[in-house]
Amino acid sequence: MTPLAGCLLVSSMLFAIGLAGALTRRNTILVLVGIELMLNAANLNFVAFWRYGPHSGAPTGMIFVLFSIGVAAAEAAVGLALILAVYRHTKTTDLSQLTGRRP
Amino acid sequence: MRLMNAPFLILAVVTLVGACAATMLRGLVHCALALAIAFAGIGALYLNLGAQFLGLAQLLVYVGAIAVLIVFVILLTRGADSESLSPAARPVAGIVVATAIFAILAWAVIHSSSILSSGQPAPQTTIRQLGAALMEGYVLPLEVIGLMLTAALIGAVIVAMKENGQ
Repeated sequence: MTPLAGCLLVSSMLFAIGLAGALTRRNTILVLVGIELMLNAANLNFVAFWRYGPHSGAPTGMIFVLFSIGVAAAEAAVGLALILAVYRHTKTTDLSQLTGRRP
Repeated sequence: MRLMNAPFLILAVVTLVGACAATMLRGLVHCALALAIAFAGIGALYLNLGAQFLGLAQLLVYVGAIAVLIVFVILLTRGADSESLSPAARPVAGIVVATAIFAILAWAVIHSSSILSSGQPAPQTTIRQLGAALMEGYVLPLEVIGLMLTAALIGAVIVAMKENGQ
């Protein structure tokens, strides 16, 4: 197995783990954790292609990952603030209790 | 054809075990700590792939900021550990979907003919080159992302602020 294929397999497994976590857990914080894992899997793909792909010395892959990390930081901050606001209203972070609840 | 190196395999196993623990453990704080381990493993993978600056940025942003933020939110929403009361509605469906997607991705990776086994050396990208690229070609996205981070953090503070009259 080539190193690039190994990287891609690791990142696809990471994506699958994150997706399973986001789909099966009933806690909003853990759903957010699953989403973060999926974002990291995509970043790992960028770095793997930058490292092993045909390149011209341009740091495009790294720049992409830098911007992606910035967007993920903003997303995590806003998501956790939303979880806090919802918890303050409803006193729960359980998704199955939150669905169907009127504000 | 060059084989994968042993450090890569060890780091991959650590990362995947950390991710599994982060999504499957029962205690929320344990999940957050396992998530920090998984993030640190991904940062070490970046270092192993030759992206030094990205590895350190990953450690700073994810392990240093996002994992700690998640721990803070877990502690602030304490007393809501009601997951044991309501079991997951369809855990099997989610696991089946995730496994199917992993199978499709792995099939595509293994059977792809364009994944070249190039033994080329790691591209040497210094931090000076990275900074020059950010300041020359990518200066507009850099400014946009700075504005977006500012707006998102102010918005997060406003959303999480205690409302008056409650």
